[in-house]
Amino acid sequence: MIKKLLGALALSLTCVMALAAEGGAHLDRAPDRINDLAALQNGAKIFVNYCLNCHSANSMRYNKLTDLGLTEDEIKKNLLFTADKVGALMTIAMTPEDGKKWFGAAPPDLSVIARAKSTTMGPSGVDYIYTYLRTFYRDASKKTGWNNLTFPSVAMPNVLWELEGPRSMTRVSVHEVTTDDGSTHWARTTETFDQDGFSKVETEDLKDYHGAASEKTTFATPDPKRFSAFESDVADLSNFLGWMAEPDQLLRKQIGVWVLLFLFFFLFVAIRMNASYWKHVR
Amino acid sequence: MAEKNVETTGLLGWVDRRFPLTSMFKEHMSEYYAPKNFNFWYFFGSLALLVLVIQIVTGIFLVMNYKPDARFAFESVEYIMREVPGGWFIRYMHSTGASMFFVVVYLHMLRGLFYGSYRKPRELVWIFGVAIFLSLMGEAFFGYLLPWGQMSYWGAQVIVNLFSAIPFIGPELSLWIRGDYVVSDATLNRFFAFHVIAIPLVLIGLVVAHIIALHEVGSNNPDGVEIKQGPKDKYGRPVDGIPFHPYYSVHDVVGVAGFLIVFAAIIFFGPEMGGYFLEYNNFIPADPLKTPPHIAPVWYFTPFYTMLRATTSDFTWVLAAAALIAAVAMFIKGRLPGIWRLVVPVILLAVAVLLKVFDAKFWGVVSMGGAVVILFFLPWLDHSPVKSIRYRPNWHKVLYAIFIIDFLILGWLGTQPVSPAYTVMGQIGTVIYLAFFLLMPVWSRLGTFKPVPDRVTFRAH
Repeated sequence: MIKKLLGALALSLTCVMALAAEGGAHLDRAPDRINDLAALQNGAKIFVNYCLNCHSANSMRYNKLTDLGLTEDEIKKNLLFTADKVGALMTIAMTPEDGKKWFGAAPPDLSVIARAKSTTMGPSGVDYIYTYLRTFYRDASKKTGWNNLTFPSVAMPNVLWELEGPRSMTRVSVHEVTTDDGSTHWARTTETFDQDGFSKVETEDLKDYHGAASEKTTFATPDPKRFSAFESDVADLSNFLGWMAEPDQLLRKQIGVWVLLFLFFFLFVAIRMNASYWKHVR
Repeated sequence: MAEKNVETTGLLGWVDRRFPLTSMFKEHMSEYYAPKNFNFWYFFGSLALLVLVIQIVTGIFLVMNYKPDARFAFESVEYIMREVPGGWFIRYMHSTGASMFFVVVYLHMLRGLFYGSYRKPRELVWIFGVAIFLSLMGEAFFGYLLPWGQMSYWGAQVIVNLFSAIPFIGPELSLWIRGDYVVSDATLNRFFAFHVIAIPLVLIGLVVAHIIALHEVGSNNPDGVEIKQGPKDKYGRPVDGIPFHPYYSVHDVVGVAGFLIVFAAIIFFGPEMGGYFLEYNNFIPADPLKTPPHIAPVWYFTPFYTMLRATTSDFTWVLAAAALIAAVAMFIKGRLPGIWRLVVPVILLAVAVLLKVFDAKFWGVVSMGGAVVILFFLPWLDHSPVKSIRYRPNWHKVLYAIFIIDFLILGWLGTQPVSPAYTVMGQIGTVIYLAFFLLMPVWSRLGTFKPVPDRVTFRAH
């Protein structure tokens, strides 16, 4: 009986899990480089050079980067811009109040941002950052001249634009239009943002269209080689932020293997001990 | 003064003449006779005790490094995670332990439900147990504010605001609990005091009472047979019983090993448990000016949270109708003695009226609280002639299965943002949950029960 109940329980649990897995905005999966020290070092370099001016990482110390295979001298020489001691925290000179005044929103501290941006039973924060940093486009109508697909109207400009190179964006959406007389028909809207952020919108009516609404965004870059190098850099940076959100995560998993091995041995001993005590119980 | 005569000698004898060490050990361990047919489900009591110890010990070390101050709380948790040697391990043990405590306690309670462990003479064991569950909910709630993330902050805000729904005294009461007009440093400090001192003291006291009461009446077993009423050997010991120590102490070690494997797997390989044990939004520092679009409590509160959200003003019509029908049914067919046959229907009528008088939010709080409080009355709601699910009619087992699935669905709904369809599902789920208990006096005595054996079913290993 109990087994049947447990079966029903397991079944309903899988249903719940399957339901829970649905939904959530589409995010690209970041390449997994969490065990790649060279990639993480490159990510650290990009982070210190491009992010750590407006964003702080108040819980992170520079010398924690030694865990990524860097020496303290290397850190001091190449990465120490905002502090003078290698044991210092990654703080910034800009106050949150100034940030709010200058950008409209204070740039958040990035110590644990990769964990904060994760979705329950969904994409990780690393995926979010990887997608977010690759979906900036020029938009002349915005104060900073930049807009973002993942975070529309974000206050942050595209600080990595030099690495990324020029890009234009085309968004094609197929949608239903209701005219003034109440009848509906389908239309395709093509919106283009050129390399300087000026947009052009064209709408054409679709006759005999029997599909669903859709939206597709494509980017065009004149220099694909430069762009793929940029994508790789963003992957390194995202993975670095993922590492920085919990610097001891590699150690944690390493220890975990040994702990589990010991516990399985312990379970075996416990089962044997229990069996020998209960052998004679009738 | 003459010394007490004891059997032990040496140091132990010296202690025994002054303190009942050996006799206590015998009473609760080596001469406590537990039924020998315990199964898998009987691991969870000792595991709950293990988790309590883990929580207390890791909690002590966390308090050494945590700062209960709205300015430093969030960063002090990250300080523990990064700079305190082994801090991440201690913190993950504590955060995983909180969730595992509920896993273990829910399974422990389900065991009690299956085998009728709350039935006479074990009513007090059960009542102490439900009180432990209630304290545990309080402990978890107070503790969850301490990391001072967005979910900590807004979760506390939502729950404390519930008290403001109580008629007449509500607004002052919630202000008094918070110590401020919004959740603030004052709230953090008092929640810290409750989490670290007040509730743990209550919890330990209740656990001791739970075990003393259990050892007074003796453990139940999967057959629901009283071993004390069965055959006895020449020393007067129940033949179907076996000394807790060493037989169940070594048995429980197996459970501990199995539990620790699961526990360690979570701690070392997925401490966030996909966002259910550590909510991702809680890695954003608390911001009193920025309400998150979706506030979800931690998974172990979600079934009750769904019942709270399900109680809309439409739904109070359903509850009022149910109270009305119950009042009439009680009056016509009720088996209550004497004056109660009149008093209970009158109370139910008053509830039916008040359901439409007071705000639906208040009744949401009542159904959420009632869903827990109703457990206290379980010993008197169950009227079945047998204790164990093994000897109940098959359709009773179906009811149990529906109840379990209902509870899981209520839990899942509580993690989701509100939508009209989910609200209706939550309302149906709430009705099923409440009906399972409130109609138990009726359904639990119906059907053909199987014969209960005189002795426990035990197959030698």
